[in-house]
Amino acid sequence: MKYLLMLYAEEKVGMALPPDQMAGFMAQLAAYQDTLKKAGAFVTTAALQPTHSAKTISKADGELKVHDGPYAETREQFGGYFIIEAADMNAAIDLAAQCPAATWGNIEIRPYNPGYAPG
Amino acid sequence: MTDEARQTAERVARDSYGRLVAFLAARTRDVAGAEDALAEAFASALKSWPVDGVPTNPDAWLLTVARRRQTDAIRRRQTRTIGEVHIQLMTEELEQAAANPDAIPDRRLALMFACAHPEIERGMRAPLILQTILGMTAVDIAAAFLIPPATMGQRLVRAKARIKDTGIAFAIPEPEELPSRLDAVLEAIYAAYAKGWTEIGDSSADRLADEAIWLGRLVVSLLPEEPEAKGMLALMLYTEARRAARRGEDGAYVPFDQQDIAIWDERQIVTAEALLRQANKAGPTGRYQIEAAIQSAHVARRVSGRANWEAVVGLYDVLLSLTQSPVVVLNRAVALAETQGIEAALASLVVIADDKRMADYQPYWAARANLAARAGRRDEAYEAMTLAIGLATDDAVRQYLIGQRKLLQDG
Amino acid sequence: MKFMLLIHSTEPAVIDNTRVDGGVMSPEYAAYNDALIKAGAMLAGERLQPTTTAASVRVRDGKTEVLDGPYAETKEQFGGYYLIDVADIDTAVQWAARCPSAQFGTVEVRPIWNTRGA
Repeated sequence: MKYLLMLYAEEKVGMALPPDQMAGFMAQLAAYQDTLKKAGAFVTTAALQPTHSAKTISKADGELKVHDGPYAETREQFGGYFIIEAADMNAAIDLAAQCPAATWGNIEIRPYNPGYAPG
Repeated sequence: MTDEARQTAERVARDSYGRLVAFLAARTRDVAGAEDALAEAFASALKSWPVDGVPTNPDAWLLTVARRRQTDAIRRRQTRTIGEVHIQLMTEELEQAAANPDAIPDRRLALMFACAHPEIERGMRAPLILQTILGMTAVDIAAAFLIPPATMGQRLVRAKARIKDTGIAFAIPEPEELPSRLDAVLEAIYAAYAKGWTEIGDSSADRLADEAIWLGRLVVSLLPEEPEAKGMLALMLYTEARRAARRGEDGAYVPFDQQDIAIWDERQIVTAEALLRQANKAGPTGRYQIEAAIQSAHVARRVSGRANWEAVVGLYDVLLSLTQSPVVVLNRAVALAETQGIEAALASLVVIADDKRMADYQPYWAARANLAARAGRRDEAYEAMTLAIGLATDDAVRQYLIGQRKLLQDG
Repeated sequence: MKFMLLIHSTEPAVIDNTRVDGGVMSPEYAAYNDALIKAGAMLAGERLQPTTTAASVRVRDGKTEVLDGPYAETKEQFGGYYLIDVADIDTAVQWAARCPSAQFGTVEVRPIWNTRGA
């Protein structure tokens, strides 16, 4: 079963970090990726650009409109994800808890809808 | 206050506003400064005229309010947009105009030529004209062009700065330059119309299609000798006449050949036919006249029960030699199916089959699907129909195509 | 450039887990997928199970805290995404406008950093 680990953290804090400290966090995430790979749980990962670069589209007054910014303003922002393969939700939680991002932010885990992979 | 009263008041306010912006900006080339000088007066006009009625001399009213408020307003804004010299100039212009508002020359055509100048990025010409001539807000323009309001606002500011900094002239181009420069103005107005045409079931006063038609009328009135201006206005009116017939009572999409001609707006068609006749006096030459003539051949269905397909194909041949556009190849193929048959139509599409511009052009796949279905090529039709569904942004169109694809499977 | 299209829409009030059509794509979405693939824009796309199946995890002072449900409660819920590769953000916004959920939900477009993963 595939699970999406959504990494939430405060963008402002991340952007204010000195480069070497940021590189340290990135190295931790890379190490986590290796751990997942060795466990046969790694599917893919990506980092998103900050929410201020987002555009949001919805239908207002019967017309599609675009506005700047993310869909929802939250205290921490969705900034990247891992897709993992795990036996069940408990196993997914265990893997998420090993993710370094769980120590500085929050990780939301969502199971995929099976049999619904268009890509 | 009735909707009609509000619309009339708004229309007069925009008419007067555009004329005054053009007048003030023509000397200084400072469009943003002229807009700033009139912004508050225009805002109060939009608020009070629909309630209190339109003043007898709208220009004088706007100028009086602008003059009364301008010192404060301009002072507050000066650091942002206008420098000291321009404040001085703008103040003098306002004084002079207010002294004799009846003598204000209409410089809107010159302003439109400046907005559609080759120095101005193509995609920004229509938004610039909508803002400077009609006083439309960046928010409203952004919505129509599917661009975030802040981005549209920045692009408008940059385009106005470009007019000022590069010294673009506020003038009617010389005769030898006029056709190409006029074409840029017409293209911008028609782009605004095309955006408005895709809006469905919205009767609000700020509908973009209405604004574009109004601008088309303005150009025709200011350049009565130009056949292409008339051709474009006719083209917009032919199209607009069919607006209501595009959807059934249940909101479902109705394709052109199945539209109920009783719902077509006869008044707009008659106006379009008259404009086209005037434009064609010296023979149809320009792109818009030919496109309008194609529409005229289509609406022949009102009288004869059948579109004049032979004429349509012939006119598309001429248009193709003028534009080399893949969209013209596509539309010509649809007409060709009626005169020379489906296979001839499909064969004529081979030249654009690998054209990258068609790869995500929804009407291309919808037309291909329709032709392939009629030719009995079911698999090809199914595939093209699926792409047309996937590329649609309008749910009525999407649902119609899903229905068509189902017929294909069942049939 | 790579972009993520994040699809938000209102989850049905009652989720019937016995229904099998959670795994069946609507004809609208199936056609949208085909168009993305044909245009060479499709990198990935997935539909998520409802937020009621979600868990949120964080580790503080070495202690793992697990909460049921999504990280943030929103009016509409994040329900799926596409990862696309297109020329620029204007094209990405065009594709978002074609997404069937744009008719009733909200689609957020976010550029992806090129430095890591995917």
